[in-house]
Amino acid sequence: MAGIDGSAAHLSDAVFTTAIAVYAVAMVGYTAEYAFGRRGRIAATAPVPARELVGSGGPAQSVPVASAAKPGSSDRIGRFAVALTVLGVLLHATSIAIRGAAVDAVPWSNMYEFASVAGLVGVVAFLGVLWKAPAIRHLGGFVLLPVILMMFLAGTVLYSKAQPLVPALRSYWLAIHVTLVSIAEGALMTSAVLTVLFLVKQHADKRPGGTGRLATLASRLPAAQTLDKVAYRIVAFAFPLYTVAIICGAIWAEAAWGRYWGWDPKETWAFIVWVIYACYLHARATAGWKGRAAAWVNLGGFFSITFNFLIVNIVVSGLHSYAGLS
Amino acid sequence: MSPIGDAWRPVRRAWRRLTSMRTALILLFLLAVAAVPGSLLPQRPLNPDKTSAYLHSHGGWGRFLDAIGMFDVFGSVWFAAIYLLLFVSLVGCLIPRIRVHARAVARKPLPAPRHLDRLPESTSFETSDSAQDYAGTARAALGRRWRIAQREEPSGALTLSAEKGYSRETGNLIFHVALLVSLVLIAVGRLYSYQGSEIVVQGHGFCNVPALLDSWKPGRLAAEGKIKPAPFCIDRMWRFTATYTDSGEPSEFAADVVYRRTVTSSSAKATITVNHPLRLEGDRVYLIGHGFAPRVTIRMPDGSVRHDTEPFVPQDATTLQSEGAFKAQGKPGTNQDVGIAATFSPTPVPQTLQTFTSSAPQVRDPILGIAVYVGNLNYNGLPQSVYSLDTSKLKLTGAANLRIGQTKTLPNGVSVRFDGWVPWASLQVSHDPAQGLLLWSALAMVLGLLGSLGVRRRRLWLRLTPGDDGADGSPTVVSVGGLARSDSGNFSTEFAGLLERVQAAGRPVREVVLSGRE
Repeated sequence: MAGIDGSAAHLSDAVFTTAIAVYAVAMVGYTAEYAFGRRGRIAATAPVPARELVGSGGPAQSVPVASAAKPGSSDRIGRFAVALTVLGVLLHATSIAIRGAAVDAVPWSNMYEFASVAGLVGVVAFLGVLWKAPAIRHLGGFVLLPVILMMFLAGTVLYSKAQPLVPALRSYWLAIHVTLVSIAEGALMTSAVLTVLFLVKQHADKRPGGTGRLATLASRLPAAQTLDKVAYRIVAFAFPLYTVAIICGAIWAEAAWGRYWGWDPKETWAFIVWVIYACYLHARATAGWKGRAAAWVNLGGFFSITFNFLIVNIVVSGLHSYAGLS
Repeated sequence: MSPIGDAWRPVRRAWRRLTSMRTALILLFLLAVAAVPGSLLPQRPLNPDKTSAYLHSHGGWGRFLDAIGMFDVFGSVWFAAIYLLLFVSLVGCLIPRIRVHARAVARKPLPAPRHLDRLPESTSFETSDSAQDYAGTARAALGRRWRIAQREEPSGALTLSAEKGYSRETGNLIFHVALLVSLVLIAVGRLYSYQGSEIVVQGHGFCNVPALLDSWKPGRLAAEGKIKPAPFCIDRMWRFTATYTDSGEPSEFAADVVYRRTVTSSSAKATITVNHPLRLEGDRVYLIGHGFAPRVTIRMPDGSVRHDTEPFVPQDATTLQSEGAFKAQGKPGTNQDVGIAATFSPTPVPQTLQTFTSSAPQVRDPILGIAVYVGNLNYNGLPQSVYSLDTSKLKLTGAANLRIGQTKTLPNGVSVRFDGWVPWASLQVSHDPAQGLLLWSALAMVLGLLGSLGVRRRRLWLRLTPGDDGADGSPTVVSVGGLARSDSGNFSTEFAGLLERVQAAGRPVREVVLSGRE
């Protein structure tokens, strides 16, 4: 039977820690660019009509202005931060791959491993968005901060030693079900970050000429409508994925526990999350619910995901008790 | 308006309100909120022991929660009320939408509005093609994904109305209909389903007869005898194997069985493992738990000898420290029953001076801790747990920790010998006639969802105004307007792309002008 390769597991942990450190430096870079960069000020002083913002494919509107100027030191810092993020992703992926090799199974069977994978999905999603819309580079810190926090939490509180899989998890459905869940939830996290930014931007739009930290942040953000639309597109991508993940979970539950659905706490919360995002999709199509109200529903959905991950795993006991904490 | 119509007005108003999107949205929210207590409070159908413990420790508050169904949320009246209202609201919303969509699919795209330049996206250009020629070219350029209707206006202008993305609403409707079908299938499955379980000691078996199983939980109609359980038999579980890794983690549990599909068919062999149930016609047999059944030889006060093997209940899922009881009845009325309350430690480690617990689930020189009682087992016709003793009429005569082969001798000629152990497995029989169909229905939901969220609905109109008939080479003026009916995303970019395609398809004007000059 599968044993555990102890030295490989240690190597994986070391690479994981290094990845956190690299992300942290990258975050400092993004933040420096955010604080000292010119892009924000230009966007703030030369607003472009909202319709054009939407038309030109989102946040790309201020790029020509910024790149027309001589690339300053903040631009260099920004590029450097992206390079570091890519390096961090490579390290992060390596850490997960080594762990997978060490346990001889897909490495997302407990909370530590799941948090690590979801964090990787989040950063990769950000790099993907960056590819399409380089102008949001200075916002990288807002994505990396939660990822770093989550990885730190994963590496300390949620950490569990590399272990072989218990019999119930020895199924190819583990790879399918959990992969789909982590991709969907990683994407929904990105949507939630954009939704927070949307609320900030919208709040500031209502009070033009405002000062303070939020106003500064808002002046460096893409148009509220763009943020809202991108957040929606991500949910429109993640919701079917999440649905398929739940169905795969049901198929697996039928094979492992004798019923496809049993209101186990994890299943109940998956249902709640699904219903809330269904509410979000409907709210966006209902007069009086568009915009702010729908944005709060989106955040409610992400709150439920977080609750399902942290509280249900740690506090509530159920059949899905694979947290790996003791 | 007739008086009868007036009488129906409030009903119709209520119906309209119930089937509005706003109501559906609120009901959806309520559904999410209502599910929350079901995950935070212990639920009776899932965990009756925890529920009664909670009730016991929470007094009046617990009784209040019980009265409003908080310990069986998903079977409660108010949860059912929410999803039934949602169901009705959905039906009321879907029927007119299906009608409208069917009509939209059947009919030609709408005629072009008079002012195309008032649409969210619009522009115009010129081509040297005649209006008639260009209409054909533009249709070809748009391609098959657009449904196009050509009309001629009184002024002589030609219009093209193009629409695409019908599968968005189709997908939307498929998703919701499949959702309704799924709910019906879940309900049907619950009514006709049953679940039975049996603890099978290695070497024994069972037949799928409800009355003979340890537990049988039927759905409502199954309980009324509307279905006949499949007549299969697991004749013998001839071997149960638990495999552990070097570090002591379990890696595989397997039950090897000999079974017959029906009472009269021939025997077959199968291995049931954790993720691989035995699938029979309509029924599935699962391996859901395992434990140990110690074997003892008891010498009774009257000198007779009894052999007994009893399954013990694991108290700890990781170490499989187990508890159970042996019961041997003496002659009635003599007060000479022997009862043994016992613990089984597979890998024994001392816990206190006199007792042992277990440190691992593997069996390595196990210890059976016994407390032997003599007296009256108190069989009074009521069902009694086989795992524990009713000690109210028994007297403790001695206790010991036995390794395999050891014997404890007690007063009045009683002795107990620990002979060994065999594994037992808990097998579960499940039946749900609707689950296969439900999977298809769920797949239809996903397909519908992909269409509903992935396809974009677009409308495009072209008005081709022919040039002045008299002047040769006078270009055709093409005005274009576009509308995103859903999900406007990057419609401006999309529109620009479309425009480029449509414009490039026609012969440009400039060449004509140049050649005219030459």
